[in-house]
Amino acid sequence: MSLWRLVLKEIRHRRLNFALGVLSVTVAVGVLVAHVVLLRAHDVRTEEILRRKQSDADARLATLEDDYRKYMKELGYNLLILPKEQDLAEFWDKGYATRTMPEENVRKLSDTGTQAMRHLLPIVQQRVLWPEQKRRIILIGTRGEVPIKHRTPKEPMLLAVPPAEAVVGHRLASDLGLERGSPITLLGRKLVVASCRPERGTAEDITIWIDLATAQQLLGMEGRLNAIEALKCYCAGGGIEDLRQDIVATLPDTRVVIRENRVTVRARARERAKAEHQEAMAAEKAHRESLRQARESFAAVVVPLTVTGAAVWVGLLALANVRERRNEIGILRAVGLRAAQVFSVFVSRALLMGLMGAVLGYITGLAMGIAAARATEGALSAGSLGHLFAAGVFIPVLVASPALCVLATWAPAVVAARQDPAVILREGS
Amino acid sequence: MLAVRNVSKSYTRPDGEVHALRDVSLEVGPGELVVVRGPSGSGKTTLLLACGGLLRPDGGQITVCGESPYALGPDARAALRSRTVGFVFQQFHLVPYLNVLENVLAPALGGRAAGAVARASDLLERFGLTGRRDHLPGELSTGERQRTALARAMVNRPKLLLADEPTGNLDEDNGRAVLDAMTEFADQGGAVLLVTHEPAVAETATRALWLDAGHLRGT
Repeated sequence: MSLWRLVLKEIRHRRLNFALGVLSVTVAVGVLVAHVVLLRAHDVRTEEILRRKQSDADARLATLEDDYRKYMKELGYNLLILPKEQDLAEFWDKGYATRTMPEENVRKLSDTGTQAMRHLLPIVQQRVLWPEQKRRIILIGTRGEVPIKHRTPKEPMLLAVPPAEAVVGHRLASDLGLERGSPITLLGRKLVVASCRPERGTAEDITIWIDLATAQQLLGMEGRLNAIEALKCYCAGGGIEDLRQDIVATLPDTRVVIRENRVTVRARARERAKAEHQEAMAAEKAHRESLRQARESFAAVVVPLTVTGAAVWVGLLALANVRERRNEIGILRAVGLRAAQVFSVFVSRALLMGLMGAVLGYITGLAMGIAAARATEGALSAGSLGHLFAAGVFIPVLVASPALCVLATWAPAVVAARQDPAVILREGS
Repeated sequence: MLAVRNVSKSYTRPDGEVHALRDVSLEVGPGELVVVRGPSGSGKTTLLLACGGLLRPDGGQITVCGESPYALGPDARAALRSRTVGFVFQQFHLVPYLNVLENVLAPALGGRAAGAVARASDLLERFGLTGRRDHLPGELSTGERQRTALARAMVNRPKLLLADEPTGNLDEDNGRAVLDAMTEFADQGGAVLLVTHEPAVAETATRALWLDAGHLRGT
């Protein structure tokens, strides 16, 4: 026979005392675990709410962004970089810049690798007389979009025009019966129509686009540009003033004109929606956090009270057990058991009480916590429930609960071990 | 086997000091069954507990199998008790939730675990308790309880048996059986110190002594 057998048989014999002890440990552990589960469920639900709100907001913002991407494509470049000395009144009067700047500027700009700007298009532009047709046209020379360094190239909004070819505006093409492949002569230079643009209802309808170098030769503007057109991207964030300052810092001899249009209105709407969403998220987080703090405060009072109550109760039960077993202790000491063995009998009993209480309390607490979470947080998904079964709580409870029981039983066990068998046996004789 | 030299023991009670033992000396050798008789409160149980290493005397010396239990620490004293002494009490003091076999095996918890079950089974057979080995003390007759207590006292093969009124609660037949077992133990070389107030028990003794008001005298 071992001491463990002695302990187990005694537990079976005085099962009420042991059951009351297990019950108190179960209640204490259950309350603790239920609160932990409730707080976890709260965190899980908070994450779900915030994720859903974020997802809704992302979808809304994506719709707004998609809108103005389409508008940007339709409306073309919204940023115009002009020579610094260009008189804007004259620019708006004539429809193009009369001053020039070095062609080198476009390379400097592309080297900055800016995130807020896309589609760089260097141009020369003048309103000229087309002597061969005796009508005034807008002549634009372009060498196509210049890629911005360190960025993935985008599909160009305007393709380069090959040398010896021309792209013709809708009005000119229809008036002169031009079509793809038609030969034309412009300022004495023989060109072939590469394509005819669809009707835009703007000055573009009387515009001819040709290769930049050819235009520079024809207009006597070698190595010079009138303007650089670009697209300010609102999806990358950042204000217009910031971008303007960045460009002027790179190209001090330029000025930047922003074309207000539906894109900027949409972009601002998106920024506003984004700010509103961030405010709503912050408010929701604050609300959930305050709810959590209230629950934590409640747990901070209830859990220690329950645990202390259970420890005191276990100690009292152990004391009652020691008193009830005085005779037994006396005879066991008389037949040769050491004081340490008597002590270990009571400690082992407490250890078993703590272990059983921990397991039962964990199961009970989990069930109570899930029920309470369902009542306060609504139905939890199966995936969310999985987060509540964490070993991170079970293991400490499995260790702490028996340890606390042993601690509570320590004093009664010492009393038992120190009992004088002679006194007990004399009383019984 | 047991030597008691000039042992004294007194208790302090609210109504004054009580001298349970006054300069008591006695020896119990192998093969001896010594009976100490005396009226209630004469100090018989005190003498027995002191001899068993459970009650430190105020003065004098006690040796059990050549060792002085009170010169040893608590654990060593418990080991000595487990190894050399068997106790039998009038109230049996059986553990209520252990069956007969487990009660008999209880001293093996303190030592001599090897072969304990076989020894216990032999003792149960010898005392006619084999059919009761799985019964709880509450299910036994008074005689069976005392025989169980006797088997428990002998399971570690002690050299000295200390018995406190072992027949006090028994009828004549059961009392006779217990005394026969003790006589047999002594005949096999063991030493028995038995305290009782029953005159008839002294008839089985190899030596009988009288204890009164703490004084031990020969009869």
